[in-house]
Amino acid sequence: MAFLSYLINGLSLGSVYAIIALGYTMVYGIAKMLNFAHGDIMMVGAFVAFFALNSFGLPVVVSVILSMLATTCLGVVIERLAYKPLRQASSLSVLITAIGVSYFLQNGAQLLWSSSTKVFPSIIASGSLRLFGGALSISYLTLVTITACIAVMVCLTLFINKTKTGMAMRACSEDKGAATLMGINVNRIISITFAIGSGIAALAAVLLCATYPTLSPTLGSMPGIKAFTAAVFGGIGSIPGAFLGGLMLGVIEILAKAYVSTQLSDAIVFAVLIIVLLIKPTGLLGKKLSEKV
Amino acid sequence: MKNKKSFVGNLFSRTYRSRTISFLIIIVGYILIELLLKTGNLSSMFQSLLVPVTCYIVAALGLNLNVGVSGELNLGQAGFMSLGAFMGICVSGALSSAIPNGLIRLVIAIVLGALIASVLGFVIGVPVLKLQGDYLAIVTLAFGEIIKSLINNMYVGIDPNGFQFSFVENKLSLAPGGKMLISGPMGATGTNRIATFSVGVVLILIALVIVYNLIYSRSGRAIQACRDNRIAAESVGIHVANTKMLAFVVSAGLAGAAGALYGLNYSTLIPAKFDFNLSILILVYVVLGGLGNMTGTIISTIVLVLLPELLRGLQDYRMLIYAVILIVMMILSNNEKVKNLLSLLHQKLSFGKTKEAEANE
Amino acid sequence: MSEKKTPVLEVRDLGIDFGGLTAVNDFNMDVYEEEIAGLIGPNGAGKTTVFNMLTKVYQPSRGTIHFLGQDTAKMSVVDMNRAGIARTFQNIRLFSNMSVLDNVRIGMHNKITYNELEAVFRLPKYRQQEQAVEEEAMELLKIFDLDKDASLIAGNLPYGAQRRLEIARAMATNPKLLLLDEPAAGMNPQETEDLMKMIRFVRDHFRIAVLLIEHDMRLVMGICERITVLNYGMMLAEGTPAEIQANPQVIKAYLGE
Repeated sequence: MAFLSYLINGLSLGSVYAIIALGYTMVYGIAKMLNFAHGDIMMVGAFVAFFALNSFGLPVVVSVILSMLATTCLGVVIERLAYKPLRQASSLSVLITAIGVSYFLQNGAQLLWSSSTKVFPSIIASGSLRLFGGALSISYLTLVTITACIAVMVCLTLFINKTKTGMAMRACSEDKGAATLMGINVNRIISITFAIGSGIAALAAVLLCATYPTLSPTLGSMPGIKAFTAAVFGGIGSIPGAFLGGLMLGVIEILAKAYVSTQLSDAIVFAVLIIVLLIKPTGLLGKKLSEKV
Repeated sequence: MKNKKSFVGNLFSRTYRSRTISFLIIIVGYILIELLLKTGNLSSMFQSLLVPVTCYIVAALGLNLNVGVSGELNLGQAGFMSLGAFMGICVSGALSSAIPNGLIRLVIAIVLGALIASVLGFVIGVPVLKLQGDYLAIVTLAFGEIIKSLINNMYVGIDPNGFQFSFVENKLSLAPGGKMLISGPMGATGTNRIATFSVGVVLILIALVIVYNLIYSRSGRAIQACRDNRIAAESVGIHVANTKMLAFVVSAGLAGAAGALYGLNYSTLIPAKFDFNLSILILVYVVLGGLGNMTGTIISTIVLVLLPELLRGLQDYRMLIYAVILIVMMILSNNEKVKNLLSLLHQKLSFGKTKEAEANE
Repeated sequence: MSEKKTPVLEVRDLGIDFGGLTAVNDFNMDVYEEEIAGLIGPNGAGKTTVFNMLTKVYQPSRGTIHFLGQDTAKMSVVDMNRAGIARTFQNIRLFSNMSVLDNVRIGMHNKITYNELEAVFRLPKYRQQEQAVEEEAMELLKIFDLDKDASLIAGNLPYGAQRRLEIARAMATNPKLLLLDEPAAGMNPQETEDLMKMIRFVRDHFRIAVLLIEHDMRLVMGICERITVLNYGMMLAEGTPAEIQANPQVIKAYLGE
C-alpha cells in the first residue's frame, strides 16, 4: 500500500513536470529551439498567482486565469523581442539568447519581488480521499493536479488534431517552407505556440507551488531542467511523449526518494534518462532520425 | 557570431597569425597585470578574479574544441571541472606533508585532475557520442548533474592509514592526525590556497598549444570533417566515433585541469558550485567568442567575467543588464546589416579573426 | 578485352529491403581492373542504393560483395574505404566549411601515421608527413584543375568545381575502385567534356577501376567500356555501349511503350 501511495505522489509530481514539458516540447516541435527560459516563465506565473491571491484577495480560479494570461503575454513578448530576430540564426545562438532571457527573468524577479520570503497560500482544501478503509489516502491536491494534467493533455491533443490552427501547427513542425507555401502564417503559428506553452506553464506553477509553497526567483530552474529532461525522455517534439515522460520522471523521482536515497534521487532520474536514450536514441515516442544519402 | 566559416577559412592562410594573436594576448595581458600588481594598482576585487579567469579560459578553450570544432553541444563541462577540482584538492591535501612545496603540489594536482577528467570523459563519451544533436546535449547535462550529485554525497578523509571514503552518509572516523578533505554538501574546507595566477597563465598557454596543434593536424582535420559531413567523413575512412571521442576527451581533460586550479584557489569549495549554470556560463563564453575561434574565446571570457564587476556601480541592476547585453549581442551578431558592416570593417582594417571579438568589446 | 582481366568487384544476388519494400533484388555485377564501367537506369531504379550497399552505407539484406577477392559481409563504411573503395555523392558532400586543400588532406587521413602527441609537440615525423601530404594534395588538385583554388572554402566553389573536388578527395584515399554518383550532374557540355578527360586520365594514371552512375548518355557512351542497366531494382541488361544502345528492352525502359 505504501508503494501505491508513492506511486500516486509520483504521478502528482509527474503531472506538474508533464504540463511544463508540454510547453517545452510544443515550442521545440514548432520553433526547433530549446527554450531554456521556459522554467522562468513558469516562475513569473507563480508570482503573479501569488500576488493575485495574497495581495488582491482574488478567488483561486480568477487568480489562476490571471496568471495564465500574464505568462501567455510574457511568452509572446519574449518570442517577438528575443527569438524572432534569430529565426535564421544557428541553434546555439538561439540557445544562448534563451539563457539570456532566463537570466533576465530571474534577476528581474529578484529585483521586483524577492525582498521577503513568500509562502504560497493553500488553494485547495486540505482534506483527502480515503480508500481501502483508510489504508490509502490521496489528498485533494493530488487529485486536482493529476486531473488538471489529464485535462490539459486532452485539450491540447484535441486542439492539435481537430482545429485548423492545430493542423497548421503540425504542418509547421513538419516543414516550415512547405507550410508557408500552403498559405500558413508561420510567424503567427510560432506566436500561438509560445502563447499556449507559456500559458499552461502558469497552471503548472500554481500546482507546483500548492505542493511546495516557498516562492523564490529561481523556483523555475530545477523543474525547468526536469521538464526538459521529461520532454527528451518521451521524445522531444512529441506531445504524448512529453506527457508520458513527465509522469514517468515524477514516478521515478518519488520512488527513488522513497526506496533508494533522497540525496541521490536526481542522479537516479538522470541515470534513467541516459539509459532510456541509449536504448531509444530519440526518446520513448520520438521520431527516428534518418539521413538520406 | 557565425565564425565557423570565417575561422575555418582562415585555417589555411592565417594559421600562424591567429595562433600568434592568441599567444600575444595572453603574454601581454600577463605582463600588464604583473606590472599593475607590482605597482599596487590592482584592486583586491580584480586580484581575486585573476585565477578564476584563467580557469574559465582553459575550460572554455576545451569546450570550444568540443562545441566549435567538433560541433557537439556539451552542457556538462562543469562536471569535469568539478571532478578535477575535488581530485586536485584531495591530491594536494594528501601530499601536503610529503611535498611541502606548493608549486610542485599544484602541478601534480593539475596533472592528476586533467587525467581523471579525461578518463571520465572517455567513459562518459562511449554512450554519449552514440547520440546526436539535442539528445547528445541533454545526456551531457545529465552526466554533469550526476557528477554534481555524486560528489555532493561523497565524504573523503585522510589519516595515517590512508584515504578513507564514505558515501551518502558520513561514517568516517579518522585516526588521530587525520583530516576531512571532502565533506559531502559542505565540500572542501581548509584547503591550502596554492593556486597562482602565473600557473594559470602557463596552463592557458599549454591549452592553446594543445588545441591549436591538434586542430592543425590529421586528427583536427578529421574532427572538423566529422562535424561538416559525417557520412562523407566515413566514406574517406575516418572513424567518426573515435574522432569525436578525441575532442570530447581533450575537452574534458582541459576542464579537469582548470578545475584543479580553481579548487586550489579557495579555502572552501562546495560541490554545488559546479552546477548546470556554470556549464552554461562557459558555453556562453565559447559561443560569444565564436565557434572554433580560440582568440575569440579568450577575449569573450575576459570581457564577460569582468562585465558584472564593471557593472557593480549599478548594484542590483548589474545582472539584469548583463542578461540584456547577452541577448542584444546575440541578436546583433546574427543581424544581416551588422554582419555586413562587420565584414566591411574587417576588409578595411584587415583585423583578421579578431573582428567579432573586437566588436564585442 | 576486359575478359582477360581479373575482377576487382564481384557482386552476387545482391538485394535490400526497406521496411518490406524491395529496392534492389538479384543484382549481379562484376567490375574488372582498370576498366570504366557504367551503371544506368531510369530515375528511382536503385542505382544510388547499389552504391550505398557497395560502400556499406546500407547493409545489404541479401547477397554477397567480394572486393579484391575478399568477402565484405562484415565490413563497415570505414572498412570499405580502407580496403580501397572510394566514392562521390549524388548530392555533393564536401566538408564545406573547410578549405579545398583541407578537403583533399582529409582524404589522406589514413596515409598519415604520426599520432596526436607527435602532432601536439610538432615532432619531426609530424613535419615530414605534413609536408608530404601537402605536396601530394597539391598534385591531386592540379590534376582536377583546382590547384589555384586550394585556399578557398570548399562550399564557395562553383558547382562543377565542387564535383571535381569530391573526386579529388576520393582519389586522395588511394582507392582501387572509384565510384562516381552522377559526376556530370549540373555541368555544362564543356565541363562534361573536361570531366570525361579527367576520368580517363585518372584511370590511366592511377591504374584503377571506375564505376559510374550517370544520366548524361554522351558521357556514359563516350567513356564506359561496359554498362549495366538497372530497372525497378533488377538488372535489365549488361554489355558494351553499342549493345546497350541496340537493346530493345533498354529502349523500352527508358522511353516507355
